[in-house]
Parts: sequence; structure tokens; C-alpha cells
Amino acid sequence: MAAFDLDFTLQQGEFTLAFSVKVEARALGLFGASGSAKASALEAVAGLRTPRRGTIAVNGRVLFDSDRHLNTSVRSRRTGYVPQDILLFPHLNVRENVVYGLREGNRPDLRVLVELLELSPLMDRRVGSLSGGERQRVAMARALYSGPDVLLFDEPLAAVDLPRRRRIVDALLGIRDELSVPLIYVTHLPEEALTVADWALLIDNGRIAASGPPRDVMPSD
Amino acid sequence: MSAEIRDIAIFTTLAALAATAVMLVPGVAVAWLLARRQFPGKSIVETLVSLPLVMPPVATGLMLLWLFSRRGPIGGLLARLGIDIVFTPAAVVIAMAVMGLPLLVRTARAGFEQVTRRYEQIAETLGAGPWRVFSTVTLPLAARNILAGATLGFSRALGEFGATIVVAGSIPGRTRTLAVGIYSFTENGQDRQAAMLLAISVSIAFVAVLASNRLAKEA
Repeated sequence: MAAFDLDFTLQQGEFTLAFSVKVEARALGLFGASGSAKASALEAVAGLRTPRRGTIAVNGRVLFDSDRHLNTSVRSRRTGYVPQDILLFPHLNVRENVVYGLREGNRPDLRVLVELLELSPLMDRRVGSLSGGERQRVAMARALYSGPDVLLFDEPLAAVDLPRRRRIVDALLGIRDELSVPLIYVTHLPEEALTVADWALLIDNGRIAASGPPRDVMPSD
Repeated sequence: MSAEIRDIAIFTTLAALAATAVMLVPGVAVAWLLARRQFPGKSIVETLVSLPLVMPPVATGLMLLWLFSRRGPIGGLLARLGIDIVFTPAAVVIAMAVMGLPLLVRTARAGFEQVTRRYEQIAETLGAGPWRVFSTVTLPLAARNILAGATLGFSRALGEFGATIVVAGSIPGRTRTLAVGIYSFTENGQDRQAAMLLAISVSIAFVAVLASNRLAKEA
């Protein structure tokens, strides 16, 4: 279990994202209709956006605290971030992308990681030749292998084909448990939120509309 | 081709290559600063770097002559170390580098500006420090533009005349370059030699610009 303490306000042009959650969970699911609010929340945790005020702490590690003028640099936050636009380094091949993060510490065995995310046949390919789903799996491997203290995944399976998605989710959760790294997971699919997250936040209009166990929070249709 | 013509062609090419090497590190550094950083006096730096493009090259040469002569601020320092610059091959290289630099900086800057900031941010999230981000992400992604800029700077250096003749003169076998040679031979009525240098200039410049355009297109 990890302690998530995310209490911040983020200004984005006209739009304000007000985020306030303090919860113990292994994986926090951010769920809601598409919009930029969920991605902005992840970017705030990664340090790529600076909140107007508030605190961001994961597992007792304070990454941002406006009252104490504390703003940990992006580099030192130790986040494993998979953005929705994936952003594999285009000049490096798959292997070079996966091993880019050089941090010491909590990282999985490369061979096991490659096996679990079904990347073996791709390792020597140029990233330009990969499909969307393949790129997402490489981005997840890159984030996991960087020795992160918290994983930030933004719709990481959106382009992964359905039969494979189930297996990748299981693999992902397996690695996550093995490393015991907390995860913040953005998705717009209820079933994915139910499988991955043990605490869900329903984001609506830049606010947390509901917060609780995924089964209680997910809209039942 | 006479030995004299051949030596001028070789000397000019080597001097232009040396000038390109000299301008590369400061040129790339300035291009990166202009593309990625806000700092006081940025527009002054931008203007200074572009100045040799629009100033009469002879005027640039005169400025260099003043800077590097024994009574000048840089030349004076070097003279104390026993180093003379003016009217030496080193003066040729300096004149070429100063005249080629604006082209390198402009092209490389455009290259840096094309590199999506998000790639650099992702590298940071993966724990890369500023130097690692620059050397493993920014620089490789801008490499084609930098190469195109260096080729352009090299081409400019090859054809440099005005600044060179002021600061290095036209000493046969020592500082005479293709462009200066064409002028000197023409003035002396040695049209055959001038025509040969002309043909060599055209061929080298043609290949260099072709290469630069290819690189810029692929970038």
C-alpha cells in the first residue's frame, strides 16, 4: 500500500483543476470522460506542470509543497511516466529506449520485463516501424525499467489489441507488485479501471466528482 | 593543373575545414542558447551573430584586423605569447570562421527549435541531467540541421574574400585562397590561372550546397 497525498490546484488557461485526495492504495485510477484534466494531474505529479498551490506527496516523499516553497526537479522525482502521446525517442531503437533511464535501485530484471511485455521480437527495431500498441508497450517498459518510485500511466493500453490487453494488464500488475511501486493510472474504460485500480477517482469538469473503491465509483450502465 | 593552383585549392579546403571545426562548438552552443533559453541581452547576441551576414565583409575584416593586430585587444595578448595572427594562415581560418558562423548558428538554431520539448521532458523524468538530455536527445535530434549548417558555413568559408584579404592578405604559398587567388590572378592578367581557380570554386561550392540542401530536407 502507498500513501497518495494529492491536494493541489492547477491553472490551465481559463480552466482550473482542483485535486484533493488523501488515500492509501496500490493503484489510483483516474477515470472520466476524455479531457485534459487527467493528463494535467499526471503532469503535475511528474513535475512537468507547476500547481498554483498545494502539496503532492507519494509514500511520504513530498514532491511539491507550495507553503514550503518545495518543488522537486523533474529529474529527481523518480516517476515512470507514460504519456498518452508515448514519445519514444525516435532516434533510438527499442532496446535503447527501454534502457534509457539509468537510475539505480528499484528496477525489474530486463529479460523478465521484456518477456512479460512481449517485446522480445521488437528489441532491435527502429521505433518508427512500430504499431501504436507496440509503442505503448515499449513506453511502459522504459518507465518500469527506469527505477521509478511512482508510475504514472496515461491510457497506456489504448492502442494495444484486445486479446493482448488482458495479458499485458496482468503482467503490468505482476511487475508492479514485485517492485511494490505505487501506480496512478488514467483510463476512460471502466473495466480497465476496475482491474487495475484499487481506488478510483471520477474526474468531471476539472474536479473530483467521486472518490472510492472502483466498484462504487464507476458508473454502472 | 599547376602545383600553385593545386596548392591553393588544397590550402583553401583545409582552411575552410579548420574554420568549420573552430566555429562548430561555439556555433552550436549559441544556437542552443538562442533556441532554448531566455536571458538578458538575447537580442543583442542574436544581432551580433548575424552581423557578418549583412556587414560588408571588408568591414568585418577591418574589425578582425584591429582585434588581432599586435596593438589590438586579442592580438596584443597573443603577441606576448609570441603568437602572430595577422597575415598568417591562422588569420585566414579566423576570417572564414567569423564569416561562416552566422549560417551555422541560424541553421542549427532552427534544428534545435524543431526538437519537441516533450522528448527532453521525458528524458528528465527518466532521471537524465541537463548534459545527458542535451547529448543523448537534443543534439542527436538536431544533428541533421547542425550538419547542414556546418556544410553551409564551410561553403561560405570556401568563398570568403573580403575579410580574408584585409586580415590575411594574398601571400602566395601562405595565405592565398581560391577567392583571393582569383582576384589576384585576374588583376595580374593571369586569366588562365584565374579560370582554373574559378572552375575549382564552382565545383566545390556546388557539391557543398547540394549536400547542405539534402541534409536540411531530410532533417
